Amino acid sequence: MYVLRRLPSLIATLLAVSILTFLMTSLLPGDPALQILGAENATPEAIAAVRAELSLDDPLPVRYLHWIGDALTGDFGRSYRTNEPVSQAIVERLPVTAEIGLLAIVIALAIAIPVGMLSAYRAGTRTDKVISSTSFGLLAVPNFMVAILLILIFAVWLGVLPATGWVNFTDNPVQNLRSALLPALSLAIAEMAVYTRLLRTDMIATLQQDFVTMARVKGVSNRRILFRHALRPSSFSLLTVAGVQVGAIIGGSVVIETLFAVPGVGRLLLEAVLVRDLLMVQGVALVIAVSYVVVNFTVDILYSYLDPRISHGRSAARV
Amino acid sequence: MSTPAPNLGAPHPGVTSELAPADGLIAETSAAAAPGKKRKRGFGVTFWLATVWLVVVLICAVFANLLPVKDPLVPDVLNKLAYPGPEHWLGTDGLGRDTLARLVHGARVSVTISVTAVAIGMVVGGFIGIIAGFFRGKLETVLMTIINIILAFPALVLLLVLLAFVGRSLVVISLIVGFLSIPIYTRVARATTLAVAEREFVRASRTMGAKNSRVLAREILPNVVLPVAAFGLVAMGVVIVLEGTLAFLGLSVQQPAPTWGGMIFDGKRYLSEAPHVVLIPSIAMFLTVLSLNLVGDSLRTRFDVRGSNL
Amino acid sequence: MTASQKEGRANEPLLEVDDLRTYFDTPRGIVKAVDGVSLRVDRGKTLGIVGESGSGKTVLSRSIMNLLPKANTIREGSVRFEGRELTTMKNKEMRTIWGAEMAMVLQDPMTSLNPVTKIGEQITESLGIHLNEKGKVAKAHAVELLKSVGIPAAERRLGEYPHQLSGGMRQRVTIAIALACSPKLLVADEPTTALDVTVQRQILDLLESQQTQRNMGLIIITHDLGVVAGRADEIAVMYAGRVVERAPTRELFARNRHPYTEGLLRSIPRLHQPSHSRLQAIPGRPPDLVDPPAGCPFAPRCNYAQDKCLTETPVLAPHAAGHEAACHFPVGTTAGQEALARNVAAGRTAAGTPLDSTVLATAGAA
Ligand SMILES: Nc1ncnc2c1ncn2[C@@H]1O[C@H](COP(=O)(O)OP(=O)(O)OP(=O)(O)O)[C@@H](O)[C@H]1O
Ligand code: SF4
Ligand SMILES: [Mg+2]
Repeated sequence: MYVLRRLPSLIATLLAVSILTFLMTSLLPGDPALQILGAENATPEAIAAVRAELSLDDPLPVRYLHWIGDALTGDFGRSYRTNEPVSQAIVERLPVTAEIGLLAIVIALAIAIPVGMLSAYRAGTRTDKVISSTSFGLLAVPNFMVAILLILIFAVWLGVLPATGWVNFTDNPVQNLRSALLPALSLAIAEMAVYTRLLRTDMIATLQQDFVTMARVKGVSNRRILFRHALRPSSFSLLTVAGVQVGAIIGGSVVIETLFAVPGVGRLLLEAVLVRDLLMVQGVALVIAVSYVVVNFTVDILYSYLDPRISHGRSAARV
Repeated sequence: MSTPAPNLGAPHPGVTSELAPADGLIAETSAAAAPGKKRKRGFGVTFWLATVWLVVVLICAVFANLLPVKDPLVPDVLNKLAYPGPEHWLGTDGLGRDTLARLVHGARVSVTISVTAVAIGMVVGGFIGIIAGFFRGKLETVLMTIINIILAFPALVLLLVLLAFVGRSLVVISLIVGFLSIPIYTRVARATTLAVAEREFVRASRTMGAKNSRVLAREILPNVVLPVAAFGLVAMGVVIVLEGTLAFLGLSVQQPAPTWGGMIFDGKRYLSEAPHVVLIPSIAMFLTVLSLNLVGDSLRTRFDVRGSNL
Repeated sequence: MTASQKEGRANEPLLEVDDLRTYFDTPRGIVKAVDGVSLRVDRGKTLGIVGESGSGKTVLSRSIMNLLPKANTIREGSVRFEGRELTTMKNKEMRTIWGAEMAMVLQDPMTSLNPVTKIGEQITESLGIHLNEKGKVAKAHAVELLKSVGIPAAERRLGEYPHQLSGGMRQRVTIAIALACSPKLLVADEPTTALDVTVQRQILDLLESQQTQRNMGLIIITHDLGVVAGRADEIAVMYAGRVVERAPTRELFARNRHPYTEGLLRSIPRLHQPSHSRLQAIPGRPPDLVDPPAGCPFAPRCNYAQDKCLTETPVLAPHAAGHEAACHFPVGTTAGQEALARNVAAGRTAAGTPLDSTVLATAGAA
């Protein structure tokens, strides 16, 4: 089965990513013990004690094995600052980020698919030009700018949505959605532009294919050709890029969560980074990287469902 | 291109997609682009407008100290949050500092970071990519595996972690961003090299026994540099946005030195009373990034070795 | 459709194309891809359209089928299908004709099937649209169709994807799709060009047998006269967007009149020729279809070209029953022989193309 064939590469990537996370946070200049203690408390004995406690004096491979072994059991250690278990902090905040990110992707796709198809269907017309240049322009608007504009319009001027804050879904689903909407939109705009342009290009190419002509001479309606015949073969790169772009969404969530004061993993990471909370940074970075890899693995699997040529063991020939 | 990998310094995949419309046979109204239609030789008006804007930004960055603008650090306490007017052409910020002056000086940060970062990424990444694409084999496999692992990380996460532990002066930020953008240039350079190496004249000179170094220098490099540079222009926009992001996160160059991102971040506080404080630097940043995208994309279309339109 | 209408239509010729012109407005200028073509296809008859690459065969077929995009396309003349004028029909009306009454097979079976849709679904689609067949009925019909085009294990094939089939099998599937609703006219645009030689024959035989069984009109488009030699009832030779010669097949092979046809005939491999004799391709290239110069478009490549050919454009003129050619100095006539002799004597044609005496020996021999 395709999933099984891809599994070794998934495991190898996960391993590599975990090593990279570990090395990155371990090899950087500065003594974590010193940071934990702060300059004023850092007597040599105290430093030695902390180093021993964190096994900082063991050789790197040993430290890695300890760390990853613990991580696999869900133990990432405790925050230096709050003494909260890292895993608990992550478990509390991951759903928030996931909700906003997912909402952003859904919004982006919900707009991009019809708009991109329309643009391709009307290629070369005024409609197409307006869509194309608008999406080109939107690519140049950073997410924090979108966020500020959205706050200005919906919170400051219209006063219909909250500018900051977060309500848990379990507390109040409606308020939860209201608090998620602006952050999700801020992340969605650029994605939407990316998807639209991509789908337009691929769709135009598909509409020139012989099999579309064949469908026309079968008497199939344009609508059906667009949705039933052309959409699926045009969405391969869209799917791949949507997966890759999850990285951009994760990165964006650091900014957006900070801006909207939303308690997600992005903000958690930033706060940990600002106070150099080593174990927290390691844990959050690992979880984020692993999620990203898994998302792209899933996309890869979905791809094989979308394109039967892959699951049948042939390489993806051009459509 | 194989799977596009937006990462640090990577433009949105959409920026570099094909612009030319083609004939959708399906649409009654769709335009039929003639096969064999020659691409217009000249660049459009927007291309030149964008270029002019970029030149203006560059001049501001280089000659900020010589230009007749106010001191970007001196507050005009009586004129806090002033709207644009004869005294302060673009108004003042929350401390009464002149927005125009801060924009001009802030351009310096944006330009320095983006130029340095892109230069590093382009030179190192381009070099690795050309080597991988030219020599192929095991070397390529190893190099690309490493590159793909780095790309398996969401870039901003890497950046944050590095920045936090290494520090954040202008130089450090530029270096780290440059370093982190190496993988994406490697990919672009490799893809382009593969395409160039397949071309008749390169194969000919290789089979005729030309030394590798000679083929690399005479045939490959000149053909790879332009597409990669065009890509670099678009990537510069990404770096500028990145600086803004860092400023937002309080991780950019230390205050009070003006940066565009910092100005937007500071102005956010006055969003309800004086939105122009945020909007003016936002527009400057938007126009710059848009111009870079426009110019980069036009050049890329022109230099694309994979499209056989040349 | 009422019975009387049906009968009324049955009296009309199946397809009548009258002075059809199809131009493309491009940045380089107006491309005259089809420039005044008249044709007729009757029920149960096969028309072969032959011409080099770029002579406008595909554009002609799509123009007849009303498949071209409207933007930047200029179309004049008339196409009557059982008396109904197609050129002015909207896509909406065409959809009742496409698939149901007119069908098409394209050149490349690799690209003319949707790669992500199962074969069965691609066949049953038009059954659903035109015959309102769904589910089991449609499936049974699809199996029957696949069997009729000679696909073994038809049931199993329904669940397969195009990439699981060989090129020849795929072309059979496209033929099955085209035949699904028993169209009255089938247009096959180079149906065998992309296939192996052995498979080519099978596909052509299949088309022929289906055509006789169904009493269908068939247009076979090809650049190879050999493909239509034994199969077409009538052949139209196209050059630079025009029909330059039109004749019943036997007549054309026995008494071709146009120098271009003569060239095409010479490029068919012959069994009785010694195997080392090389095929003669027509030297030169077809003209640019943007702003063609006055005179005969074939003149630069024609061994017979005279001064008149450079200024006056020849029009189709009758030679025998159902045989027309557009040439001032037709092959096999005294005028033609004299023209050729003059050019050989001069060592060059009026268009400046050099000639040597070997052409005299082979002239008319084809
Ligand atoms: N949409 C279009 N816009 C402009 N020119 C076109 C268009 N479609 C076809 N042409 C031109 O019309 C001419 C005839 O093309 P056509 O495809 O009909 O030739 P053909 O006889 O089918 O050749 P082949 O044997 O290669 O299939 C060509 O010169 C082509 O470039
Ligand atoms: S003889 Fe003259 S008219 Fe006839 S094909 Fe040759 S050039 Fe054309
Ligand atoms: Mg053709």
